Amino acid sequence: MNLTLKIWRQKNANDKGKMVDYKINDVSPDMSFLEMLDVLNDQLINEGDEPVAFDHDCREGICGMCSLYINGEAHGPDRGITTCQLHMRKFKDGDTIYIEPFRAKAFPVIKDLVVDRSAFDRIQHAGGFISVNTSGNTIDANAIPVNKHDADDAFSAATCIGCGACVATCKNSSAMLFVGAKVSQFALLPQGKVEATDRVLNMVKQMDDEGFGNCTNTGACEVECPKGISLENIARMNSEYIKASLKG
Amino acid sequence: MSGILNSSIGRKFAMALSALFLMFFILQHFAINILSVFSPDLFNEVSHFMGTNPLVQFALQPVLIFGVVFHFVMGFILEIKNTKARQISYAKNNGAANSTWMSRNMIWSGGFILVFLIIHFIDFWIPELNVKYVQGDMSGQLPNGDFRYYEELVHKFVPIWRVALYCLGFVFLSLHLLHGFDSAFQSVGANNKYTRGIKGLGKAYAILIPLGFIFIAVFHHFNH
Repeated sequence: MNLTLKIWRQKNANDKGKMVDYKINDVSPDMSFLEMLDVLNDQLINEGDEPVAFDHDCREGICGMCSLYINGEAHGPDRGITTCQLHMRKFKDGDTIYIEPFRAKAFPVIKDLVVDRSAFDRIQHAGGFISVNTSGNTIDANAIPVNKHDADDAFSAATCIGCGACVATCKNSSAMLFVGAKVSQFALLPQGKVEATDRVLNMVKQMDDEGFGNCTNTGACEVECPKGISLENIARMNSEYIKASLKG
Repeated sequence: MSGILNSSIGRKFAMALSALFLMFFILQHFAINILSVFSPDLFNEVSHFMGTNPLVQFALQPVLIFGVVFHFVMGFILEIKNTKARQISYAKNNGAANSTWMSRNMIWSGGFILVFLIIHFIDFWIPELNVKYVQGDMSGQLPNGDFRYYEELVHKFVPIWRVALYCLGFVFLSLHLLHGFDSAFQSVGANNKYTRGIKGLGKAYAILIPLGFIFIAVFHHFNH
């Protein structure tokens, strides 16, 4: 396949940045999208140009590191995948592909397609954990009965890899699917219920402080989420938050 | 509880509560208006009751005005905050791939409804306040002793431009409700086994109620 790539290039966080066109030829349909970018970078290095900076790590859909807004969608035109799982067979010979960084005020661009998603880490630090007594008398988690439905929902919420596709996709740059999943995975389990009130208040406060937008329930985040995190988690966070606020 | 209205979820929750209240109001407004098609006398009596009952006028009406103003003002505040959350737009964004047009354009459908509402107030509500509270005529009657409400309603729908304007206003209301109805339930935390039913009810409400209002306007235009 021969392709035209329109890629966002930005030297550093302070640079204005712009879209730059590149031609790439003989792309195999069996390549992953990131491998195609590797080939482009080889080409750029051989031509004496600066390679395109982009995030990646495990390249097997687990770490959530690869981002990219491809042809107007987070992680590209496929469903339930990260960018590293997107293959070039999804595109046609002669296509023009737009490749942009995840856009949000809370995810500033560091360089080219690399964005700073540490806002998610700070939200996690604000309450996305449980405090476990490790005195030696800790109760085995499996000794506490949990009903199957709650256990399944908590597990589903916990599959969130924090990639930020929800923020990138949302027209409001809202992080509520991410925070909803993190709140839910603990709120549904007995170990998490102990700190549920403080957790949801602190995580939502941190989310607001980071400058994410507000959810307007378009559902785009759920559609684009590589792990299929459900909107139910946002509803659960909403009710947890209102209950916690009323409790004080 | 302090600062709940300054939080994103608190605002969203308040927005949803005002939406649910307004949807209930629209339903009762429709229930009264449709009486004009089936029984002008009953329509006159109910209109007179609603227009002169102190509880409706001085307790429910201020709550309604607050609900309307709050919903619009909070809607615009949230829109401004949401716009600021993404300072650089995408060169290519395929919103249609993952969400409905209605859900992405609530601010526009809401804006058109606001324009319609202002015209509606100038058309019906302000003249009504003028007759009752400026001129002091609480009788609700024409000089010949008949109730004036039905006559005024029918008279308003004689010009075709006004009928067209009202129809357009209700199309935007329908578009707004097609997303807004079940969105309000999601915002108050109700996403459960009843969600499919709520979505179905929402679609029915969003289509049938505005269609009913359009029917009333068209009916009176052709039957005056």
